[in-house]
Amino acid sequence: MLLSIRSLTKTFPGTLALDGVDFDLAAGEVHALLGENGAGKSTLIKCLTGAYHRDGGTVALDGAQIAPRSTVEAQELGIGTVYQEVNLLPNLTVAQNLMFGREPRRFGLIDTRAMRAEAREMLRQYGLELDVDRDLGNYSVAIQQIIAIARAVALSGKVLILDEPTASLDAREVEMVFDVVRGLRERGLGIVFVSHFLDQVFELTDRVTVLRNGRKIVTERTADLDRMGLIEHMLGRALENEVEQQSAEGADTTHPDLLHFNGVGRRGVIEPFDLTIGQGEVVGLAGLLGSGRTESAELMFGIRPAQTGSIRDDKGPLDLKNPRAAIAAGFGFAPEDRKTDGIVADLSIRENIVLGLQARRGWARPIPRAEQNRLAEDYIKRLDIRTSGREKPVGDLSGGNQQKVVLARWLAMNPRFLILDEPTRGIDVGAHAEILRLIHDLTDAGMSVLVISSEIEELVAASDRVIVLRDRRHVAELSGSRVVPDTIMRAIAGGGAKGGEAA
Amino acid sequence: MNTRALPLYATIVIFLLAYAICWLQFPAILSTRVIANLLTDNAYLGIVAVGMTLVILSGGIDLSVGSVIAFSGVFIAVLLRDSSLHPLVVFAMLLALTTAFGAAMGFLIHRLAMPAFIVTLAGMFLARGAAYMLSIDSVPITHPFYDMIQNAYWLMPGKGRLRLIGVLMLLIVLAGMIIAHKTRFGASVYALGGGEATARLMGVRQGRTTILVYAFSGCMAGLSGIVFSIYTGSGYSLATVGTELTAIAAVVIGGTLLTGGAGYMFGTLIGVLTMGLIQTYIVFDGTLSSWWTKIVIGVLLLVFILLQKGLLKLSQSRLAGGVS
Repeated sequence: MLLSIRSLTKTFPGTLALDGVDFDLAAGEVHALLGENGAGKSTLIKCLTGAYHRDGGTVALDGAQIAPRSTVEAQELGIGTVYQEVNLLPNLTVAQNLMFGREPRRFGLIDTRAMRAEAREMLRQYGLELDVDRDLGNYSVAIQQIIAIARAVALSGKVLILDEPTASLDAREVEMVFDVVRGLRERGLGIVFVSHFLDQVFELTDRVTVLRNGRKIVTERTADLDRMGLIEHMLGRALENEVEQQSAEGADTTHPDLLHFNGVGRRGVIEPFDLTIGQGEVVGLAGLLGSGRTESAELMFGIRPAQTGSIRDDKGPLDLKNPRAAIAAGFGFAPEDRKTDGIVADLSIRENIVLGLQARRGWARPIPRAEQNRLAEDYIKRLDIRTSGREKPVGDLSGGNQQKVVLARWLAMNPRFLILDEPTRGIDVGAHAEILRLIHDLTDAGMSVLVISSEIEELVAASDRVIVLRDRRHVAELSGSRVVPDTIMRAIAGGGAKGGEAA
Repeated sequence: MNTRALPLYATIVIFLLAYAICWLQFPAILSTRVIANLLTDNAYLGIVAVGMTLVILSGGIDLSVGSVIAFSGVFIAVLLRDSSLHPLVVFAMLLALTTAFGAAMGFLIHRLAMPAFIVTLAGMFLARGAAYMLSIDSVPITHPFYDMIQNAYWLMPGKGRLRLIGVLMLLIVLAGMIIAHKTRFGASVYALGGGEATARLMGVRQGRTTILVYAFSGCMAGLSGIVFSIYTGSGYSLATVGTELTAIAAVVIGGTLLTGGAGYMFGTLIGVLTMGLIQTYIVFDGTLSSWWTKIVIGVLLLVFILLQKGLLKLSQSRLAGGVS
């Protein structure tokens, strides 16, 4: 084995990001590393590239133990990385980027001619003929990606980690990058390939390792797996109790229409979709990471303005050009990344809860302190936020309680339509069920909720209806008795014929 | 064509056009006399702008240089008045001092992760205050060595007097070009200006580069102070107020992107000469208020900022077109 990782463990305050993960990489193989958000892919990669220091376990390269402390050190050991965002400098020339830090010199000065020749020679190995004197920024992302690969290989040369290198490429460009990767495999490099696009995984890789919730689920030869099996591994299928009954119960109630989204879409983000939200209804959005779930929600909340389509309620059309307008229309949105987009970590629970309400009233009419206290105490009790007091900074709470604070803020504003993007991400199992129960309580009171989740069971438990997304398109709508994990999973897997590329 | 060089070409074209317009009105402007004076009068500005160019390329800013020039003049004048040290010794002491001053600012900027704007603003007050401490009066410099340098010139054909400080400025620009475009240090400076996180990933030693950049700027400010003291024959703590802003203007007019990462050292020379040309024109005209210099410089700056924004848009849209 070129690279072998044994029981790698990494903890962050409050979470176990990697829990005894084993991973093997042979020379001359392309090994896919898969998993949904929060599965531990990027943590694993960062432990390899020296961005993180592991808490336990061993990493051996060519049989020797390594513990890189920086990307530069990892490179010197032989581990190079290419990220989704091209990590070269668009303001330098191609040659400068390729040769940076290793420029040939004459009399102490950079020998531009030799540098040019060397850069050209490097690119020729990858079948690229470019004007290496032009700025990198003048070339397409695909070319930049190949240049980044060329640089990483030249610097390290044993292990190449490709972290979603194709996320912003079209089909033809993906082929170009793949040809380069195949060439490197033949040269005997070990390549770790991270991608959300399953078709690309099947096309390119020799083996697959799936991570979920910081644990290794399986390592198998790609040829022995089918799409369905892979998705089951990625999403997990440990059916929890209470699930079935709740979905059965919500199946036949009808909901009066509240909102209509007609042909709402945005080029390159999500294809136009129609969606009707009923009053007191929970609609789930299912799909793999990158399928357009969050993007749909962002369009519905005005975070990204829709280019096409219209939105209306029973009173008439709504113009959701920005979140402010959406809030005014009675919408709420609890984002996926609550640490950066949801909470203000340094402010107290009370301040976080009244934030939205205060913003709506305007700064000139402050909410009286007594009222703030009452609101905070009320929601701490209602949502069962575990804290020593309302003045505690939100950043000190656990993930589940932070999420409840975000919810409390929206509930205080009494919205009619609430969007929850991964409401249970990073929350322990107990709090999980609580959030689900809360969603049911809300809809019983007449609020409509849109839930986005990677966890099928959770969607099934929560939703009256599930919309399935694939490749930035709404591909199926399941309701009633069809809201079961199997059907959803099959709809996510789709025909499997095409749809790997992000157009 | 590489869009990166467009601002430089624009600078050169604007300079030549402006020169042609001046020449149509006052043919005498195209003489070695005027050209030599242009170099002499703007020598201190050109030198300090070379340092500023490197700082701006790295994505920073150095507001202290104007004060450092004033401090240098007073420092030299007072030391020459009160001691028997040879000017060359004083120069060496001064350059060591200003370089260390710059390096210290660079260290703080890197170590405390503070905006360069604030740190060098503090440096600006510090250096100005230190100049006042030495003397609040204008101190004349009378030393045979100074007389010698002041009178050192090469008589060009057409009776233009190319003085030593003008030549020094050109040499410094040349040195700046080599440092910026021909060394690994220069490449690191561009890399930092292009993106700190990426630069670190590519192996740039950020701390070392930042310190060196500000040390270089401090050294250039000291050298500029020496040249200014030769030019004026005195040291005065109230001199060169706002020169840092003039230098920044020259750098931007010279086609360097104020946010860093793109630009040419040679453009800065053109920028300095353009500003000098405007002043010369006003002198030739005789009826215009000298404040017109500021107005024209303001307009030019605006034009260049718009030009750079336009180019950015252009290259972005072309890139977007290339991808799809």
